[in-house]
Amino acid sequence: MKKLNRSRIQELFAAIAAGQRLYIPADNKGQAQFLPWVEGLEMTGALNTVRSAKDLFFPQTEELIGFQVKGREIQLQEIRDPGEPFVVFGVRACDAASFAILDQVFLSEPADTFYEARRNHGTVVTLACGRPEETCFCTVFGIDPAVPGGDVSGWFAGEALYLQAATEKGEALLASLPMLEDADDAAVQAEQEKIRTVLEKLPLKDLNLTGFDGEHLMEKFNSPAWASLSESCLGCGTCTFVCPTCQCYDIRDFDTGHGVRRFRCWDSCMYSDFTMMAHGTNRPTQLERFRQRFMHKLVYFPADHEGVYGCVGCGRCLTRCPISMNIVKVAKTLGEGAK
Amino acid sequence: MQELIRQKAIELLENGTVDRVLGWKAGEFFYDLTPAVFRTREEIERDFVYSVFSGANFSKYLVQESRREGKIAAFLKPCDTYSFNQLLKEHRIWRDRVHVVGIACDGMCDIDKIRAAGARGITAVERDGDTLKIETLYGPMTMPKADAEAERCISCKSRKLVVYDEKIGEDGDVIADSPRFDMVAKLEAMTPDERFAFWRGELSKCIRCNACRDVCPACTCEKCVFDNPKSGIAQKAAANSFEENMYHIIRAFHVASRCTDCGECTRVCPQNIPLHLLNRKFIKDINALYGDYQAGADLETRPALLDFQKDDCEPSVVYERGGEQA
Repeated sequence: MKKLNRSRIQELFAAIAAGQRLYIPADNKGQAQFLPWVEGLEMTGALNTVRSAKDLFFPQTEELIGFQVKGREIQLQEIRDPGEPFVVFGVRACDAASFAILDQVFLSEPADTFYEARRNHGTVVTLACGRPEETCFCTVFGIDPAVPGGDVSGWFAGEALYLQAATEKGEALLASLPMLEDADDAAVQAEQEKIRTVLEKLPLKDLNLTGFDGEHLMEKFNSPAWASLSESCLGCGTCTFVCPTCQCYDIRDFDTGHGVRRFRCWDSCMYSDFTMMAHGTNRPTQLERFRQRFMHKLVYFPADHEGVYGCVGCGRCLTRCPISMNIVKVAKTLGEGAK
Repeated sequence: MQELIRQKAIELLENGTVDRVLGWKAGEFFYDLTPAVFRTREEIERDFVYSVFSGANFSKYLVQESRREGKIAAFLKPCDTYSFNQLLKEHRIWRDRVHVVGIACDGMCDIDKIRAAGARGITAVERDGDTLKIETLYGPMTMPKADAEAERCISCKSRKLVVYDEKIGEDGDVIADSPRFDMVAKLEAMTPDERFAFWRGELSKCIRCNACRDVCPACTCEKCVFDNPKSGIAQKAAANSFEENMYHIIRAFHVASRCTDCGECTRVCPQNIPLHLLNRKFIKDINALYGDYQAGADLETRPALLDFQKDDCEPSVVYERGGEQA
């Protein structure tokens, strides 16, 4: 366990940023997001960023390859960003757990080399959640915000920041930071106790997901409740774009006028042209699009991945949905014992 | 107020005036109300909520709802009635299939403002006159209701119900001295570079979720150009951040002179981008160039940009104004 006085955190950021790019959760015009640290940039006071830390590994848009068409010849141009080592500081336990879910999708064969490169380059420094929000329900998925995970786990306790490496990458990072002092874990244990007391009071901690599995697939799929759950859905992409585990993307060509740049960008199953590229008749109504999103997270994903849900309980969709419809309301309405 | 509205909803269902009611449904917390269609007394008694968080404007839902069989009752706040009227003017709503209950409003609250005031882990909010009593996981707090009001309510343009079949509560007036153009004036006073920086900064947060468009009562195209994969500018294809900016500007142009300034775009933005300022700039300019005009205020007058008069301003007005600012 390492320790640093809280007042020296900018010094810590400067030392990390001297060796590689550092991202911290900071405010951009009042909204928290992961931003490259520059001298003086302070951490946000918000518990979590609006968009998740997924951005750093699977950005909203990225260029894949370029083309030049000359007569009957097509020249391919390698335009991918080769990337470089970076550190992301202040990732919460929910987002850290989302990486394992994204890994299952992007790193299974054939591995997505763009994502893989960023995962290899990135060192994740997490932070325990001293003050969880009412919308937090990560514990439902076995995530412990008092033990936040990542390559290095971090805790603010009293006047100090405590850091504990969990991987080789994490060890290497901490070893490169001479201002850190050795410390015992007494203060961290006390902080963990404090966090667990709050977790006991979280209103969504007992969300019951019994029956959300491959066995009950058709029963859930055919539930008449989807009609009322989806009736006021606007069909916007907010829930999918703030979600740390949504992984769908589209690939498009951008004609620059003197060449083509093929890029990919996040897609949303809430959109009317989602998967239209694969076949002509996609899901024609919002009910079907809405059902797809929640069936994927709560039924298809666990059925395909040994019971692991496609949700980490970060609560972003609860706070951001324009009509306040979300995975918790869906799970409660369709769950065991629901009317 | 909530009791009066619930009683009215039950009465309209049970006396056969309507077969369903559009209202706000209780959520997990007191603030996360979802627009919902209620069909029975039991549903209304169990879940119907009207509170300072009943901000959602139902007008746009009535485009689809009024195409269904039967008749629906909708509770509309003053600003919602302007949107409703505008949609009637555009022949988007079947008027005889909607029973409008106008409801007086003295300002809705914004949960983000309560969070910004320092509340974390909010588990309950109760209105007590001009005060909000807030319970949180970390202890109780209070704040003046005025400090939690949504920006669009602080700069409310009118408390007048411009269309209704019946109403609950006292009807208000158009607010002549509304401060709604103050921020636009501030932006106008900036240098072009400062203004460009302001908008680039705000729009840098955009995640292109399209919520602003999807909620907008002035955006009722059956198929949006940004949803057409063959248009080359489909919603997801943000090739760069400049395209993101263009999306908002194009949208503002498209709704100009039809936008009633209901403020839903800013309410739903997950990134709190003050999108309504783009629309208000248009409204302010239209007022200045074509004479005062309020979209949705009536069914008769023609929107300035959908009309032609011989004394309309000439395009050269752009250069004249540019000259003043240079």
